Amino acid sequence: MRILVIEDDATVADYIVSGLAESGHTVDHADDGREGLMMATTEEYDAIVADRMLPGVDGLTIVRTLRASDNHTPILVLSALGEVDDRVKGLKAGADDYLAKPFAFSELLARLDALLRRGQHESVQVTRLQVMDLEMDLLSRVVSRSGQSIDLQPREFRLLEYLMRHAGQVVTRTMLLEAVWDYHFDPQTNVIDVHISRLRSKIDKEFEQTLLHTVRGAGYRLGERPQTA
Amino acid sequence: MGLFAVSALVMLAFVYWSTIGYMSSQTDSTIEAEIKGLADTYRRGGLQSLTGLVNERMRNDPDRNMLYLFATPDYKPLGGNLPAWPEAIPAGEGWVNFPFSHNDTESTARGRIFGVSGNLRLLVAMDIAGLQATESLLMKAYLWGMALALVLALVGGALMSASVTRRIEAINQASREIMNGRLHQRMPLKGTHDEFDQLASNLNDMLEQIDLLVESVRHVADGVAHDLRTPLTRLRSKLERLSIGPGLDASARQELDRCIDEADGLLQTFSALLRIARIEAGRHEASVVEVDLLELAADACELYQASAEDQGVTLSYEGSRIILNGDRDLLFQALINLIDNALKYAGTGEVKLQVGKDQRSIFLSVTDQGPGLSEEDRQRVTGRFFRGADSAKVSGSGLGLSLVQAVAGMHGARLELENVNPGLRISMRFLSDAEPG
Repeated sequence: MRILVIEDDATVADYIVSGLAESGHTVDHADDGREGLMMATTEEYDAIVADRMLPGVDGLTIVRTLRASDNHTPILVLSALGEVDDRVKGLKAGADDYLAKPFAFSELLARLDALLRRGQHESVQVTRLQVMDLEMDLLSRVVSRSGQSIDLQPREFRLLEYLMRHAGQVVTRTMLLEAVWDYHFDPQTNVIDVHISRLRSKIDKEFEQTLLHTVRGAGYRLGERPQTA
Repeated sequence: MGLFAVSALVMLAFVYWSTIGYMSSQTDSTIEAEIKGLADTYRRGGLQSLTGLVNERMRNDPDRNMLYLFATPDYKPLGGNLPAWPEAIPAGEGWVNFPFSHNDTESTARGRIFGVSGNLRLLVAMDIAGLQATESLLMKAYLWGMALALVLALVGGALMSASVTRRIEAINQASREIMNGRLHQRMPLKGTHDEFDQLASNLNDMLEQIDLLVESVRHVADGVAHDLRTPLTRLRSKLERLSIGPGLDASARQELDRCIDEADGLLQTFSALLRIARIEAGRHEASVVEVDLLELAADACELYQASAEDQGVTLSYEGSRIILNGDRDLLFQALINLIDNALKYAGTGEVKLQVGKDQRSIFLSVTDQGPGLSEEDRQRVTGRFFRGADSAKVSGSGLGLSLVQAVAGMHGARLELENVNPGLRISMRFLSDAEPG
């Protein structure tokens, strides 16, 4: 995937660019807002990572300008301010996601992956989700694994649904809190882990192959056992 | 006001008594002098000269200011300008007041009886109608003055105290607003340069000074947290890349992961500090929406149910639907922090969330069955980095309640801590309907 990174702090930019390159993306970098906006409008990108505070043109202006010119490239806004209100402002301006500095690279990668995939299957209306032998029927709200029905609480159902929709991707705790509970804050406690472990005991306990994995320092991933990282 | 009235009364009374006193003593000394003169004449010239002098006096005094009457021992009048010996006069010498009529007008006289030889008596008196008229005039003036002074004192006092109350209330009002976090509010000045204006302007100078100090402390704290965050982020990312990178054995990787955890902890503390500072400074642009507190409690309960069960704690909520304007995410965060604290410090039993409205205010409270807090700790607990007495075994940055406090302040709510034996109840009381901001 081709990604544009607009970030003026050289260290942070280097961190993002090299990280993304290692993950197999093609990365362009602009270190001021004007240049970034120019690149974003003239080239085709699969996603844009833009810092909010930039010399020249700031991140939110870039987002607004692109959206006004009917450019719907997924944009993730980074911010050193990192407050909830900034998040709301960013999303209102038309950004697709928002990440506060400091962030773990895994968080950025997880969110970017989610954005890239959403761009791909946005229009498809799914009624069934399947990850290996785990199946979820979104209409009848039935979950089963290897044909064995699994009884889930409504919240567990939503949690699993989100994980299944992002199968194979790393999903962070804050992403889960936002998507499943609809609250935007950093939990700072293991409260999400407890929910995950409950869910895990329901879908994985009696089966040889585990599907729900903990990714150290990042979050969770649903799918096949990952190749050793 | 009362003091003013009393002093006016005392002053008027003094004027009254001293005037009256002076005038009667004038009368008395005139009579004394007259008697002395008559006695001298009598001693030198005998009865003949005395009678002559009295007759001459009476002739020269057609208005009868001075009254004379000779009488026999059994009070038969022998001569003088009084028709008869007044009835009420006792025997012997001494001062008497008696009524008499003159030209058909009733009047009062004051006099003294003077014994002449041969048991003759001479009454020397003076018409004191004028004196009495003055006296009653003064009394009238005194009463009127008293009434007037009272009215003036009452009206003036009421006006004055109303104006004083108004100005004190204005200062009180401003103080309350400042205490509610509007630190840029100032005391109102009237421009009259009186004591109240001076007080207000001194208070304002003081507030200015405090503001400056708070601002500079905030700047330092903000700056430190902010400036350290970027290098910490870099440190963390370098560690992260090292740990993902190739060529490390398992134990080195574990050590690196621990370093990353430490860095994360530090970053979280800084973030929390910055966030609290921002909320307290009113710089957090709240996304104010209608928030259902009961729904918030239900969600928080649901989110923490599993964690509570794992600890053997029963977590429940109760109350009625309460809608208020607020920042949903921040209120939720505050509630989460309270639940988190209750689970951490109480550990067992029951944790109950309550939402409701009583006579005092809308409230949102979290009650645990833990050991509670000492009075002293209840005062300090919302301070930055405060941690309970035996908190060594409990993780956390000590910023949880500071954030709750900041969020409460932003919503015009007060944080109340009370021991409920056993246990601690922390309530957010939404005292004012003030919009956060």
